[in-house]
Amino acid sequence: MMRLRSRLAIFGAKLAYKAIQRTGRGSGSAFPGFLARRIDPDILSVMSRMVRGKIIAVTGTNGKTTTNSIIYHALKAEGRKVLYNKMGANLLDGVITAFVLASGKGGRLDVDYACIEVDEMASLGIFPGLKPDCVIVTNVFRDQLDRTGEVDIICDRIRRAVQEVPQAVLVVNVDDICSWALREGCANPVLTYGISEKMGEDIPVGTAEMIFCPVCGNRLEYAFFQYGQLGVYRCPKCGLERPRPDVSAADIAWKKGRCSFTLDGMQVECGARAPYNVYNTLSAYTALYAADAPGEKFGEMIAGFDYGNQRESIFHIKEARVQLYLAKNPIGFQQKIFLLMKDPEPKDVVIQINDTRLDGEDVSWLWDVDYHYLAGANTATVTAGGARCDDMELCLKYDGIPCASTRNMRHTVEELTTKGSKNLYIITNYSGLYRTNRMLGELQSAGTGGAVQDGRRTGGAGRRMMSTGREGAVS
Amino acid sequence: MKLAIGHLYPELFNLYGDRGNVQCLLKRLQWRGIEAEVVPLPAGEKVDFARLDIVCWGGGSDRGQEMAAGHLRGIRDDFRAYVEDGGVVLAVCAAYQLLGNYYRTETKTIEGLGILDICTEWKPGRLVGNVVLESPCFSTPIVGFENHAGRTEIGDYTPFGKVLFGHGNTGNGDYEGIVYKNLIATYLHGPLLPKNPEVCDWLLERALKRRYGKEIVLEPLADVQEHRANRNIVERFTPSHTK
Repeated sequence: MMRLRSRLAIFGAKLAYKAIQRTGRGSGSAFPGFLARRIDPDILSVMSRMVRGKIIAVTGTNGKTTTNSIIYHALKAEGRKVLYNKMGANLLDGVITAFVLASGKGGRLDVDYACIEVDEMASLGIFPGLKPDCVIVTNVFRDQLDRTGEVDIICDRIRRAVQEVPQAVLVVNVDDICSWALREGCANPVLTYGISEKMGEDIPVGTAEMIFCPVCGNRLEYAFFQYGQLGVYRCPKCGLERPRPDVSAADIAWKKGRCSFTLDGMQVECGARAPYNVYNTLSAYTALYAADAPGEKFGEMIAGFDYGNQRESIFHIKEARVQLYLAKNPIGFQQKIFLLMKDPEPKDVVIQINDTRLDGEDVSWLWDVDYHYLAGANTATVTAGGARCDDMELCLKYDGIPCASTRNMRHTVEELTTKGSKNLYIITNYSGLYRTNRMLGELQSAGTGGAVQDGRRTGGAGRRMMSTGREGAVS
Repeated sequence: MKLAIGHLYPELFNLYGDRGNVQCLLKRLQWRGIEAEVVPLPAGEKVDFARLDIVCWGGGSDRGQEMAAGHLRGIRDDFRAYVEDGGVVLAVCAAYQLLGNYYRTETKTIEGLGILDICTEWKPGRLVGNVVLESPCFSTPIVGFENHAGRTEIGDYTPFGKVLFGHGNTGNGDYEGIVYKNLIATYLHGPLLPKNPEVCDWLLERALKRRYGKEIVLEPLADVQEHRANRNIVERFTPSHTK
């Protein structure tokens, strides 16, 4: 039976969550976990032991939320009870909060699987308690270097975390030399995935990390790059070679906003519009395979899967279709520019860059993005916003892209849509995402006759997102 | 007129948007009708310093520095002669450390070029954050971002600037970087030049003078965005300094 201390921790955390919900201060996605941990330092391992089936952890730089969401929906489609941290609170306290809120009376968990997104730098503090049966590393790119220091430090952190759970199957992307190299020194069983064909000729590569051999230091030879350093490589000096992946995606074809490909021979068709979402689908599929999870309904589920995770939503304001995108590091930003290029219609673009702790206070990464592609993306106007709009404007200026700046995002969106913009893209980094989502929801509702009071609306898309932001969802 | 901007070991030293410095040097020449080309100088290949007017060298990881150390030994003498002859250099972060005698990290010592008689020691606790400097050479404060675990003692060298906000060379908040002849070595990225166009033009004027043997005053540019970006950082982090 569960110790009294653990029961108290769970009870206290739930109470704290209710209080936070009632006062409306914050989302309550981390504090309950913090409290539970203070009452019972072992709370995570106590709760993770109560999961009947497998625990899957997803870490890496990009694609964690999407990959985890695919795994969750795949398991749910099979009728399983699944616990996951769906809003992406992926630090230790967020993970504990997800477990606590998923528990029933007496703190008991009634779940078949847990799939948990884990921040790569927090992985070392989370894996020992979480004890995952399967760890997916999606990729390692430069991201928030003011927090992480260097890409090598991120790789080292993940390696040490994986070494803490030697029984876990390590699911790793062999196209990423950084991910593939970090398995070195881990005794874990490994299952690999990768894509052996080039996904498209027109994909901007962006900044590649570590294109030097991790064994001998020689420059690697690439048959091709997908984007970033992802690609098919070999070392001409010591013979290191990208291994043939155990699970792969092939015959990738893009058609009218849909994508079709084979997953380990199975034909799938889905709403992935960018190459990174093919990788996310493949990594999720491989993880399910590694966790011996049933997968009969995968194809059906993925056909209707929303790759936007409810955070990269589409809005309709006046006559404009407004697409909100998140871009928080160079590789992600470059991929979003690729999506703009794929849309032949004229468009207005607003880019919001902030520098809070959530975003990373160092915005020098903006210069690792190649903006000249915007010149060929049929952009009518580009506007920079956010606390670091000046930096964004300078990047664009020195890449030859005319740009205005704004101190008021809402005002700019209203102005563009009033002037008759039909096609508006808003790219934001992390801290502005939820606020912008809410703001666009309000403008959308206002346009369709929704009640607006003092610029704040009750209801609407943004509000709906926030109010269902309960962390530990079990269905 | 034409200048050649060498980008040293671009694949190993590109950690903090270093492309921005190269782009800034290039564009500010082109906007004034001066021809310019960027010459990538990949690790392992011979560097012909005689054809270079500016050497841009950026930030890299500890591992990248180690990998470069072997190649650097091969260019040390030519590089030193270039610097002593007044060759223009912008060295940022790792490049700053590698111009010195050594960088002693937590686990090992990375040999430097010894072009500057300085040493860098690793200490726990990275020095990370926005920086504002004041320098007698420049009328506008210099702004940037630092992120380094190494502490650099500069001895009697002239610092790049006095720290108004931030950590600086050793973390005690007094001085930052080095100016030696036509070389600027600094921990400031951001990248440095786009938000500090005066520093960029300082480098360009020296490079032009060295190549063409006469004072060449650069035509002023409007720099509306550059000055706004600089001013906003100064106002945000050193409000008392703003007039």
